[in-house]
Amino acid sequence: MPKRTDINKIVIIGSGPIVIGQAAEFDYAGSQACLSLREEGYQVILVNSNPATIMTDDEIANKVYLEPLTVPSLKKILIKERPDAILPTLGGQTGLNLAVELSKDGILDKLNIELLGTSLKTINQAEDREQFKDLMETLHQPIPASKTVYDLQTGIQFAHQIDYPVIIRPAYTLGGTGGGIAHNDAEMTTILNRGLTMSPSTECLVEKSIAGYKEIEFEVMRDHHGSSIIVTGMENFDPVGVHTGDSIVFAPTQTLTDKEYQRLRDASLTIVDALKIEGGCNVQLAQDPFSENYYVIEVNPRVSRSSALASKATGYPIAKIAAKIAVGLNLDEIINPITQTTFAMFEPALDYVVAKIPRFAFDKFTNADRKLGTQMKATGEVMAIGSTIEEALLKAVQSLELDKQAQVNLIPAYTSNLSLGELLERIQTPTDYRLFELFAAIGKGATIQQINRSTQIDLYFLSKLENIIKMQQKLTDGLLSADLVLDARKLGFNNTMIKAVRSVTDNELAKLDGMEDERTVYKMVDTCAAEFESTTPYYYSTIGSENESHPLGNSIVVIGAGPIRIGQGVEFDYATVHCVKAIQAAGYNAIIINNNPETVSTDFSISDKLYFEPLDIDSVMNVINLEQPIGVIVEFGGQTAINLTEALTQNGVTILGTSMHGIEQTENRHDFEELLINQKIDHPKGDTATNAEQAHEIADELGFPVLVRPSFVLGGKGMAVVDNDAELDEYLVPALKASHGEPLLIDQYIHGIECEVDILSDGHQVFVPGIMEHLEGSGIHSGDSIAMYPPQHLSAETQDKIVAIATKIGQQVHAVGMMNIQFIAANDTVYVIEVNPRASRTVPFMSKITKLHLAQLATQLILGKSLSDLGLNPGLYPEPTKVYVKAPVFSFAKLPGAPTALSPEMKSTGEDIGSGNSLPEALHNALFDSYHIDTNDLHGVVLISEFDAHDDHVESKLKSAGFNVQPYQVDMVWPSEVAFVLASQDETSDQKQLVAKALSHQVPVFTAQDTVLGIFQPQLIK
Amino acid sequence: MKKYLTLENGDVFVGTACGDLAGEIDGELVFTTSMTGYQETLTDPSYKNQIITFTYPLIGNYGISLGTNQSDTVEAAAVVVKEMTDQVFHYQSVISLDAYLKQSKVPAISGIDTRRLTKIIRQYGTMKASLTNQPIDANRAANEHQASIIKMASLSTTSDKKIDHVVLVDFGVKDNIVRSMQRPGVDVTVVTPESTFEDIVNLHPTGVLLSNGPGDPKDYSNFLPVIQQLQARFPVFGICLGHQLLALANGAQTYKMTFGHRGINHPVKNLETGDIFITSQNHGYAVDFDSVKSTPLKVTALEVNDKTVEGLRYPGRPVFSVQYHPEAAPGPHDATQLFDHFIDLMHTNEEVH
Repeated sequence: MPKRTDINKIVIIGSGPIVIGQAAEFDYAGSQACLSLREEGYQVILVNSNPATIMTDDEIANKVYLEPLTVPSLKKILIKERPDAILPTLGGQTGLNLAVELSKDGILDKLNIELLGTSLKTINQAEDREQFKDLMETLHQPIPASKTVYDLQTGIQFAHQIDYPVIIRPAYTLGGTGGGIAHNDAEMTTILNRGLTMSPSTECLVEKSIAGYKEIEFEVMRDHHGSSIIVTGMENFDPVGVHTGDSIVFAPTQTLTDKEYQRLRDASLTIVDALKIEGGCNVQLAQDPFSENYYVIEVNPRVSRSSALASKATGYPIAKIAAKIAVGLNLDEIINPITQTTFAMFEPALDYVVAKIPRFAFDKFTNADRKLGTQMKATGEVMAIGSTIEEALLKAVQSLELDKQAQVNLIPAYTSNLSLGELLERIQTPTDYRLFELFAAIGKGATIQQINRSTQIDLYFLSKLENIIKMQQKLTDGLLSADLVLDARKLGFNNTMIKAVRSVTDNELAKLDGMEDERTVYKMVDTCAAEFESTTPYYYSTIGSENESHPLGNSIVVIGAGPIRIGQGVEFDYATVHCVKAIQAAGYNAIIINNNPETVSTDFSISDKLYFEPLDIDSVMNVINLEQPIGVIVEFGGQTAINLTEALTQNGVTILGTSMHGIEQTENRHDFEELLINQKIDHPKGDTATNAEQAHEIADELGFPVLVRPSFVLGGKGMAVVDNDAELDEYLVPALKASHGEPLLIDQYIHGIECEVDILSDGHQVFVPGIMEHLEGSGIHSGDSIAMYPPQHLSAETQDKIVAIATKIGQQVHAVGMMNIQFIAANDTVYVIEVNPRASRTVPFMSKITKLHLAQLATQLILGKSLSDLGLNPGLYPEPTKVYVKAPVFSFAKLPGAPTALSPEMKSTGEDIGSGNSLPEALHNALFDSYHIDTNDLHGVVLISEFDAHDDHVESKLKSAGFNVQPYQVDMVWPSEVAFVLASQDETSDQKQLVAKALSHQVPVFTAQDTVLGIFQPQLIK
Repeated sequence: MKKYLTLENGDVFVGTACGDLAGEIDGELVFTTSMTGYQETLTDPSYKNQIITFTYPLIGNYGISLGTNQSDTVEAAAVVVKEMTDQVFHYQSVISLDAYLKQSKVPAISGIDTRRLTKIIRQYGTMKASLTNQPIDANRAANEHQASIIKMASLSTTSDKKIDHVVLVDFGVKDNIVRSMQRPGVDVTVVTPESTFEDIVNLHPTGVLLSNGPGDPKDYSNFLPVIQQLQARFPVFGICLGHQLLALANGAQTYKMTFGHRGINHPVKNLETGDIFITSQNHGYAVDFDSVKSTPLKVTALEVNDKTVEGLRYPGRPVFSVQYHPEAAPGPHDATQLFDHFIDLMHTNEEVH
């Protein structure tokens, strides 16, 4: 069918702030879809409250609403815009749920708005467990015995009927939130209660556990005519039982025979056909490893994290094609954008292996429960492409930026003290470190059969891990011949990994590499295994005899930001993409190196060439040696890119933008202090320590409280405010460990208003787009603070001082491009607390407000333009009349046990934006999708922790604002209506219980006094 | 042990010997893009005398299982892979692929940059190649090796109720075509291409199936008159080579494709319904679209990407053919209903007569 001409204006709902289970993949899907629809001539209206996205750029849609994702807010927009249709399948579960609610509300019928892509009936059939079960029965598709329950008793009875273990899956929740596996009545009670509370429909599926089965996913496309294809099958390394978002995944499937594969393919197509999906759909299945039995696990009638992965793994742009299908085009009418010579109606053939490894935030949340189950915990993921399982896996491991020692040695240091028995027991429980513990177990002599018994991981995969460890042993003590090194390379060993176990130099390795015909080459990802000629600028490295990537010339390499993690989110991908656009506009070829499959930057159409590679020095230098770029830009890829600067410089690579010297002046403590002293810029007094003794001396000299943090950090990792010697001791151990030998910083803690600026500089003059004031005072990480722009409580004098200091710093370090500077304003003094010599988290927020593409302007400066060339006047940019608020979003509910109290260590996973004519209005709008609170509609009591109740200041202020404040006591009966909860500490059991209960009751939780006081100051309450 | 793959165009690939280590062979070099189903592929008689390159780098992952073969043995002349899996753990596996190739005396080579090789085939077209234990002169690879028409013994099968009787003319049939045809009430008799029209009539078929097979359809010119007679009297279903023969028998032309279709991801559009299927394909020759116009045949299906003729029909007669493999094995089951359709035609035909 040709595209529809009866519709013109289409609303796309975004997925809102980044949370665990719903991350950057929806920015990728949404922006692709918007562009795809505009390409077909439709008018696209986009709604999303997440400013840190490419999809909310003005160029992406005809109109962008940075508004809350709530029914009233959407209704207002629909009434104003009067669109013909809504496309709800690209905004994750948030978009889908909103579409369901809007439909229930009746507004869609009233305004005659059509749902595109997937009907309401389909959404319900796929999402409502009971309807899904009925459909599967009709289609004769096997599903594990299950029952939908609405209360605990029925759940337990059913569990007795089908026998434990059982899986509990709450309906309509993100990433399986609130679910789990129960082995007995006690576990059942805990998990089912939690699940029922978290499900918006108080509904859970209790299901026979098929843990241990092979978990297989199919990404299916189907069009209006009914033609359908599989984009790819994917096989989880971790068997059923670990959420697929938390599993290591390979594409295509590896251990299925053609009969098994086709049986599952048939099942997927049958289901998608019955659901009449028009677009993309994800089907999850379980294959018994010992029989022909299989089960259907679930169906997601929308694009998903897996579809982003499948798109990057195959080159087939699912969201883009799904959008075209939604407006009526059929698969054989859509050109395959990769080959340009074939159509979207075909199944990609891969001639490589893809590995995905999830990235968790447990490096920051060391106390959180690291056990993996049916509830997703990963914040991001890395992908790698290779010719062997081993190569793909090791490249993915090198991309993780998790723990250098474990990544390079594969066997983590801490396992050396564990016996084989202990290791075999540990690996029974899936955790974020299990892969490394598997390596350790093999290293200690475990057979793969033993490991298979402990983990049920397929022997095929385990044999690959064994190959890796055997190779590592050969590299350690075998004859280091050219043959051996080549074999090691085929398994994915890079120089750093070889050097970690063998004393050999890069030059010696290069000599050995040179003796072989086969070498590291780049191959193209082309969807068709070279069957058709393609010109996709999408490459990966592997060992081979033909290199397909020819240097572009006149090129600039942009280093991406790697996996999404707390502290380094989608904002950096946003900046990376804008940097690329500016490079291209300036007439150069832009080359991206990155490894995150969820993002816009790793779409092959964004840059002139994409290298999907680890961001370690070996991989990056390989690309640079081939491409011989004019230079490399490191300012937009977060700390990932900045951390590569030194090694790149040592390798003689030209860094464009702020020089290595400038970067060191801001990142090296002593250089930085020297700079501030020379320039007479106030800053908290402080010193560096490399051991506990020094730390105590410094703290005593400065006087408590002090701020302790390692140098070279992002997102305040390992940072804390400590009040006394005992607390200092408590923090020193982990902080010293997190610093990796780098000195520890100990600063005087100053209480005041925190604020920050991003500056643009050409090395001579400095432009300040705006000053952001933080609602929370110093001591709370800027990423977790509510930021207000323009500043609301800063005097003109203070603002002038801030601009003057920012200008001075920019000029002194000869900043070229962007820099982020953080301040504390206290008693008319402005202290500088931190400088980040790179684009920061706030770049997209400020760009959206000022309508200045700051990252693009910064790139132009990096490429040699001056501020005046760009028409930017030095100093502060004029402030808007409206007020804008950036509020953090936390994923506490997904990470049981993780600390919740706001501190110098960042905890939020995303952010949203709110705007209004006044601060209360802007705050009100920002708080919907962040703290999930409607400040104009509060009912019930305010529960505060005992600790906060002892603080008269807080309690009395809240009371004077008219709240019914109740201190929380352990095990007290949960009130029927709770407006919100405040627990500003998370150490004691009552505080922990209060937060946990609030999360499971989906009551707004505040974990800093400053936040609550800032929001609910009496004058702000209506 | 080293192994040498020498191409007609002079390119030489050096790899590691696997399969039958000592074996040396010449053959036609082709590639398949299937990521699963290597056992079905290697035992498909259509691959007779061909050296198969797998574009997917890991081959042998789940070993060799019973009931998967498409014929009694490995039909391919040799195998080229990037990596052959050495250890096999699949519960149905009885032997590893490497051991099976050894047992079947089929040489193989691993450690090859198969993507580079595939691009050469894509560019130069299917070509002759030699797999040897020592470096050789490229001229040897260029020597033409005539694929001889295989003579196969007739195999007959029985079923409980003989309502329908399909006579299958075996040009190198895949077992799954026989299996897909066999069902309660359907008897299948397999005959050789040497059979005469009378031989087939004497078997009292209710339908005749022209199977797939290796090589150039023009080598079977002796059988074309038989097809002309058969299509006037019986429902006829042609698959792959059978499809090409049906075209030739009706006056259409076939041609050698540059590098053929070998894979399990080929989209085929049924021109009559608009339906599109993903199909399993393995052919190096195709029916010339324009040549069909002057015949009584009608083109019913095209490959979506290169518009190769994928289906033919004789209007007014229960005679049709497809270029792809509806029996799959390996590959998708999207078109298996064609076997049912054939049986339906036999019934309708009976009524007609």
